[in-house]
Amino acid sequence: MNPTPPPVLVLGQVTKVYGEGETAVRALRGVSLTVERGDYVAIMGASGSGKSTLMNIIGCLDVPSGGTYHLDGTDVGALDERRLAIVRNRKVGFVFQSFNLIPRMSALANVELPLAYGGVHAAERRRRALAALDRVGLADRVHHQPNELSGGQQQRVAVARALVTAPTLLLADEPTGALDSTSSGDIMSIFDRLSASGRTLVLITHEEEVAAHAKRVVRLMDGRIVDDVRTTPVGGLPPRLAGVVS
Amino acid sequence: MNAAEVLRFALRGLAANRMRSALTMLGILIGVAAVILLVAVGEGSSRQIQQNIQRLGANSLTITPSTSGGGGGPGGGFARLLGGGGGGGGGGGQGARQNTGPRTQARDLTLDDARALADPANAPSVKSVSPVVTAQSQTATYEGASHSIGQFVGTYPSYFETSNKPVVKGAYFYNDDVLAARKVVVIGHTVAEDLFGAVDPVGRQITVSGVPFTVVGVLKEAGSSGFQDADDLAIAPLPAVQQSLTGFGPLGQILVQAKSAETVDAAQSEVAGVLDQRHGITNAASADYRILNQATLQETVSAATATFTVLLGAVAAISLLVGGIGITNIMLVTVTERTREIGIRKAIGAPRGAILGQFLAEATMLSLVGGLLGVLIAVIGAQFTIAGVRPVIVPASIALALGVSVAIGLFFGSYPANRAAGLRPIEALRFE
Repeated sequence: MNPTPPPVLVLGQVTKVYGEGETAVRALRGVSLTVERGDYVAIMGASGSGKSTLMNIIGCLDVPSGGTYHLDGTDVGALDERRLAIVRNRKVGFVFQSFNLIPRMSALANVELPLAYGGVHAAERRRRALAALDRVGLADRVHHQPNELSGGQQQRVAVARALVTAPTLLLADEPTGALDSTSSGDIMSIFDRLSASGRTLVLITHEEEVAAHAKRVVRLMDGRIVDDVRTTPVGGLPPRLAGVVS
Repeated sequence: MNAAEVLRFALRGLAANRMRSALTMLGILIGVAAVILLVAVGEGSSRQIQQNIQRLGANSLTITPSTSGGGGGPGGGFARLLGGGGGGGGGGGQGARQNTGPRTQARDLTLDDARALADPANAPSVKSVSPVVTAQSQTATYEGASHSIGQFVGTYPSYFETSNKPVVKGAYFYNDDVLAARKVVVIGHTVAEDLFGAVDPVGRQITVSGVPFTVVGVLKEAGSSGFQDADDLAIAPLPAVQQSLTGFGPLGQILVQAKSAETVDAAQSEVAGVLDQRHGITNAASADYRILNQATLQETVSAATATFTVLLGAVAAISLLVGGIGITNIMLVTVTERTREIGIRKAIGAPRGAILGQFLAEATMLSLVGGLLGVLIAVIGAQFTIAGVRPVIVPASIALALGVSVAIGLFFGSYPANRAAGLRPIEALRFE
């Protein structure tokens, strides 16, 4: 292992402009952000603050108009479409607000999908998918299709799908936005445990309650970072778990 | 992401919309089945016509009188060939379209003409000559059973070989029978069935228009086809028929057999020379006879039926094309419907090739399964007689139709598949 692994995320003066000329919308006006390995960051902001744009750029779904972006030491801006797909597959795990499971495919098949695209063999794929589902507490629901699962269960399948490739970064966009408070609590405690086990998480949210689970809260406004508060050191336990342990 | 994986995804995609997939396949199915079946019908009718022509006999020339109003144009001759009458009356058409122009005096074909043709000094390429008279629809009876014989032919024994009519039971009649004008007859299969049923007709006596004839043989079954039963005939010595049924008038036709396939054309010009001389014809356009050359006819008819088959195939190919457009259409709908799913797949790292492969595989599977079912339907359909024609499946048409259907899947599926693969993940994810 490299003695000094590169930070998971390094954003340098990232800008994003939609459209051209007079109608151009500057969604990001120079965002610089570094996320270390093992950190648990919540990015907050009102709608229109550019947090969705930032999330798309971090998740390699979109390319910045300007600035630099390194993900796990790789300069993403220099990658072509094919390599970007590989980066999304290996280094980023997505959790979406609307779950985004593929309908008419069992929970197991949904979780196996990223491994299938990653070229993992069937037997290994199944083993890892079952382990991931077990980790989110859905070992008894593996053959259910998304429409047979509750919202909370669907989101847990989505978390398992994001985890299964052991990505460098787990990226969640309003993960509790479509859930009731009980399910939200379940999902957040899963994230807390993942953070405790050393995973790097970035949450996009507008809920203070959700942000309170993170070790560091970044606030965006009008395409700029206006506030960056660390509540817990990078190596420490996430705040909610720390309280339980001590 | 291997090929089996891509196929599995494609299958799942198709199974999700069973009705739609089935209807799309139906389009290709109909196209493929139509191509194979119509080509088979074309091939079948072509073979049938060839068979009818072959019934005229190998290396044979048929000479018929061409008096004004008789015989008709080439079309008339062709229709009779389709009828497969073979023995009597047939003629006209290719090789002798000489009935145009004014004519001073038309002469009938006579037995003397036939004798002149049989002279090796006049026509060295001629192997045998059979003068023919034909009596139509003669009623024959046997012990109360009665049958109207379509063609009652009076001729020489060489007729059997020249016109390709072998005997399966009993014997032919011989030159002696002709010389003695014996009332013996060789009957066709249909006649034997109708008059005798299970009884062996050989040696029994039938009465034809009041005249008793002794059956000496039964012809091999030629099979009925088209509009006329080729087995509904009887063949007797020429003078016997002339005495009892037709009278000693002109000949209906003269059947000439050349010595070999190579000498057919030589025989034709020799025959024309002899007849021109005997009938006093100086201008070929005013000839009072026509010569039907079996080989020439066969070539012409082959060319005509090939055109016919290609035409049928082309019409069917259009329906295959329409089926292909159906695939494009349904795949475009599928891609639009599943834009969000494509976005999800891309977000979790599906490479462009995997998406492209999945939708191409879906389109190809639609066309391939449709095509295979089409082949199945065509093979089943070819077992039945269609419009009086027994279809003959051409293996190349199966390979072609299947190949084309797969190509159609790839070609017509590539546009929607490319569109799916080219979607940008954030836009696809935002799609509702």
